[in-house]
Amino acid sequence: MKTSKKDFIAESEEILENVNSCLLELQSAFNPETLNSLFRAIHTMKGLSGLFGLKGITDLSHALESLLDDLRLDKVALTDDTINFIFGNIDILKKLITQIDEDEEIIEDLPDGGQGSTLRDDVKAAIKAIESFREAGKSKSNDISTEDIGISPAILRVLSEYEEHRLKSNVKEGKGLYLVKVVFDMTSFAPGLEALNSNLKALGEVIATLPNSEGVSEGSIGFNLLFGSHSKINNIKSKAESADIEMLSPPMKTEDSKTITSAPKALEMPLKSTTNVVRVDIGKLDRILNTVGELMLAKGAVARIGRELADSIGYTPLTIDIHKIVQTLDRRFTELQDYILELRMIPFSQIFGRLTQVVRRYTREVGKEINLELFGEDTEIDKLLAEEIIDPLIHLVRNAIDHGIEMGDKRVALGKKRCGTVTLKAFSKGNNVVVTVQDDGAGLDTDKIFRKAVKDKLIAANQVLDRKEIFDLIFLPGLSTKEEASEISGRGIGMSIVKERLAPFGGFVEIESERNVGTTYSLTLPITVAIIKALIIKVANERFAVPLTSISETCIVKPEKIQTIEGSEVIEVRGEMLPLLRVAQVFMIEEKPNDEYFAVIIGFGDRRLGLLVDLLLEQTEIVIKPLGEHLKNIQGLAGAAEIGRHEIILVLDVEAMMEEAFSKKKIIRTVSGL
Amino acid sequence: MKTALIVEDSNTTRSLIKSVIEEVGDINAFEAATGFEALKALPRQPFDLIIVDINMPDINGFELLNFVKNNDQYKSIPVVIVSTESSEDDKKKGMALGAAAYLTKPFKLEELQGIVRKALSL
Repeated sequence: MKTSKKDFIAESEEILENVNSCLLELQSAFNPETLNSLFRAIHTMKGLSGLFGLKGITDLSHALESLLDDLRLDKVALTDDTINFIFGNIDILKKLITQIDEDEEIIEDLPDGGQGSTLRDDVKAAIKAIESFREAGKSKSNDISTEDIGISPAILRVLSEYEEHRLKSNVKEGKGLYLVKVVFDMTSFAPGLEALNSNLKALGEVIATLPNSEGVSEGSIGFNLLFGSHSKINNIKSKAESADIEMLSPPMKTEDSKTITSAPKALEMPLKSTTNVVRVDIGKLDRILNTVGELMLAKGAVARIGRELADSIGYTPLTIDIHKIVQTLDRRFTELQDYILELRMIPFSQIFGRLTQVVRRYTREVGKEINLELFGEDTEIDKLLAEEIIDPLIHLVRNAIDHGIEMGDKRVALGKKRCGTVTLKAFSKGNNVVVTVQDDGAGLDTDKIFRKAVKDKLIAANQVLDRKEIFDLIFLPGLSTKEEASEISGRGIGMSIVKERLAPFGGFVEIESERNVGTTYSLTLPITVAIIKALIIKVANERFAVPLTSISETCIVKPEKIQTIEGSEVIEVRGEMLPLLRVAQVFMIEEKPNDEYFAVIIGFGDRRLGLLVDLLLEQTEIVIKPLGEHLKNIQGLAGAAEIGRHEIILVLDVEAMMEEAFSKKKIIRTVSGL
Repeated sequence: MKTALIVEDSNTTRSLIKSVIEEVGDINAFEAATGFEALKALPRQPFDLIIVDINMPDINGFELLNFVKNNDQYKSIPVVIVSTESSEDDKKKGMALGAAAYLTKPFKLEELQGIVRKALSL
């Protein structure tokens, strides 16, 4: 049953993701189909949790389901308040799901005492609130009886309550009712039926789809689609040429002139189907990747044997064959790797969906008007990375709402629109993905940040820092310029988290800000953390891997060319001074004097650094694994990777190297040492 | 060897039902995530039992049940409805359309096994 519980959690998360997007969709435009999907999602949640004996979740889903049922049957009106109310309850459902321990053999229902009992009270209160919400919202519907519609009982008796309701609504709206009859091949009806469905949806609503085998030849299947539309029968016939159409009742008012021009896009969407989706634990994909890695090594060995053979016996048909097969293997392995990596990718729309909720909630709390704009929702990112960056992103968004965007009156006084804008953008840039969080608010106050950092003894008062360096100060733990720490973005611990979370996989954050114009935070991340290209370097007898994405170039360094400026080593590269950092010194490795060194240049723009190493060995693909408990706090290491024959190599944390060389950390050390 | 078709859109529920009924005896349970998938599965091989949910994304359980009971080839297959819908109307509707049994979720595993045993005369 252990796997089932994991399945339960995974499926629940999927359902809630779906609920979320349905609610957001409903907020922008009402569509009975979306409302029905929402109902079905909660309905599934209820059934599922019931099977696992999770009473809290079942009861709450049940209450929500009843509310949604009222909504889809028009017994309660769907307003913005209703959607907010449902959002609130979904949050409670999420909490209930997170407190399930997937490793426990039996799922405990809400435990006594502690968080369990407050949650239990929350659930009780929520259910009560939903009941009163339903009571208060009940509108008297002047129902018509199905008998008055004049549809054969054979059809009526298979309709669900919801379909019956949609039927009545269509009649109430003055639509005509039609029975669209089609016959397809038994084994391949789905595409044809879907095409027909989307054609029909441009003209009205498919109320029910009834499979039928009466009067249909063997090997075929018939479908009767109960269809409501303002269009006349001829128009429908033109959209459904293969079908036989029977009019059950004529439309009261026709809207053909309108519908012909263009059907709303949302209605043309094909039937949503999840049938081809398989859910896989990402750990399983990692195992496959590891195996592919091993195979690559084996391929390397075959290539080496081929070369050695060619060296000793020359290019015979045999050695040429080996060479060819190695090339084929190479191509196929790369393909295989790409396919697996593709499986790990999710679109940003999933991340943005969650952020949208945060914005909604916090906007309400702080009483500001904020418009959220999203771009690049189709950009893809590794599922694991997505999980890692969601917290930093939430933090940046909250920060933008809380500190960035000014209060409405102040904005008007400044000549800005009353309503502030927060823009989220995701796009690919080479081997990286960039996400930006932009606000059109107050911008960062460099003077204030500087004074605060001095006051908190994070820097010395006579320190000279440029704009960018001052911006970077906000990432130091402990710095918050807001006098009263607000509930929303907390007490200055947040921004440092942003940087810490990104560092392990070589991500970094940059700030651009202008007073009264706004602030933009850009997060640059690798597209995937699963496999990266790395350069293997050697320092004395130690080898390290440096992610290739962070390297801009490498060069040979003669010892005599190294100069010392203000106690730091630099070299001149194409007329510019490049600071150097000896990797040996960082890890306290005994250095050997060399005739020449290599500099691995990392970073971009004016923030570049040369890592001084003894040798550049090779480029290879690695899978970074986190370091164990004992080693994980060591500065400067991003993780470990396996290369060659089960050899373990440490991966340098490029961002930490930059910190070591540039950041105020060193300065802080000296300042606090004073 | 008996064969059963489970039509249910929740993956977890579907595999749970599968494991529960396969415990009853020598039963090979096939899965369909939607009504359409079930319609496609039906002609591929003979089934001795169909277990169906009511609320599904394409066609509902009643519609599938009605189709099965009106098709000469399939009408002898017992159909068991397993649904979260507990209203008497739905139960009546299901039984009137020819369901062999109507089970409301959450159900006891033994209860489902009993129904399966009876339907397959095991």
